[in-house]
Amino acid sequence: MSNTVHDMGGMHGFGPVQPEENEPTFHAEWEGRVHAMQRAMGATGLWTIDGGRASLETLPPVEYLRSSYYRRWFLGLEQRLLKFGLVSEDEIAAGHSLRRGVALNRTLKLSDGQNPPIRGNFERPSQAPARFKVGDTVRARLLNPTTHTRLPRYARGKTCTIEAIRGCQVYPDTAALDVANEEPEWLYTVVFAGSELWGDAAEPGLTVSIDAFEPYLEAI
Amino acid sequence: MAHSHDDHQHGSELSEMQLRVRALETILSEKGYVDPAALDRIVETYETEVGPHNGARIVARAWVDPAFKARLLGDGSEAVNSLGHLSPVGSHLIAIENTPEQHNLVVCTLCSCYPWEVLGLPPVWYKSAPFRSRAVIDPRSVLADFGVTLPAETKIRVWDSTAETRFLVVPMRPAGTEGLSEEELAELVTRDSMVGTGLAKSPA
Repeated sequence: MSNTVHDMGGMHGFGPVQPEENEPTFHAEWEGRVHAMQRAMGATGLWTIDGGRASLETLPPVEYLRSSYYRRWFLGLEQRLLKFGLVSEDEIAAGHSLRRGVALNRTLKLSDGQNPPIRGNFERPSQAPARFKVGDTVRARLLNPTTHTRLPRYARGKTCTIEAIRGCQVYPDTAALDVANEEPEWLYTVVFAGSELWGDAAEPGLTVSIDAFEPYLEAI
Repeated sequence: MAHSHDDHQHGSELSEMQLRVRALETILSEKGYVDPAALDRIVETYETEVGPHNGARIVARAWVDPAFKARLLGDGSEAVNSLGHLSPVGSHLIAIENTPEQHNLVVCTLCSCYPWEVLGLPPVWYKSAPFRSRAVIDPRSVLADFGVTLPAETKIRVWDSTAETRFLVVPMRPAGTEGLSEEELAELVTRDSMVGTGLAKSPA
């Protein structure tokens, strides 16, 4: 889902940012375990990074807002494990495996964890030339998909300038739905004037950029 | 440990989550999906090896070596990978330079995208609703929450991490650091200065 509480840019009412001195990497042991399980199960290749994000976005809004980051990740992981048939509800209730696991193409081995993992490469060969060039004035399309997207609400329908072309990359909107649907698209850094996004009361001189896939943009 | 964060667990969540997470790990382990020793190693890696000290070394190098700085601003991934002693990074690391004219601030309004390879895992505040909601609409007040006041003439550019590109801010080199070594300079480069919510420290 796209129009839900995860899309927070520009919202009011959440209060001040509260930095923590000497913050630990994890605040409780279970947070580290969730992080590691998330990583290990992601290595199976059954879902994409955006499939993972989508599972957080579909949490009930109240649950999303009241949960800490790692609780959200845990709830999303649990949903995906159920959806892909890797575990069952009765097993979660029992706290133990009640039947054999399904065969996985890949699992994370101890040797894989020995170096800091490197992020995957999301760039793919292009099927067509980029439609826009640096310096073009374009508009972020007014889209309201009911499935995952990476076009934030505050940018939709707003005019912006192409600042950079970042290559042709896996398209989150389709890749979130199925690992087979990479459907790569050109990716651009586009810059909005603060006043275009927020009106005349915007911070003077403010500019905000997003990285926008070509289907998010239209010529004007 | 602070307990005031909006995005932070409370006591009841702690015990609930300890039980639920332990149960899930038991299931995944019994099914052969995960190796608990591999999970241990992942946790240890992020607690001890990957962190903002990596990014600080990159920034310090950029401060002392103009050719490296130009390379970093041109292609962040290529430049960082040329420093063999640091952990390699994936593609599309983009380095952005703070100047007296423009201050850069990085956020992810939609989730919590962050350059793990050079800064480690993001702090709670970066993942919190206050930061994610306000950075794009009222960045100067967000900076005030960090005790940072910029000159009025410095314009603010906010980078919302909406794709798989990742951003590393190269803060301005503090005055009075001409005689410092690269290692001493790296000590001045804070995590927050590389996200844009802070400035590099001045020498003691």
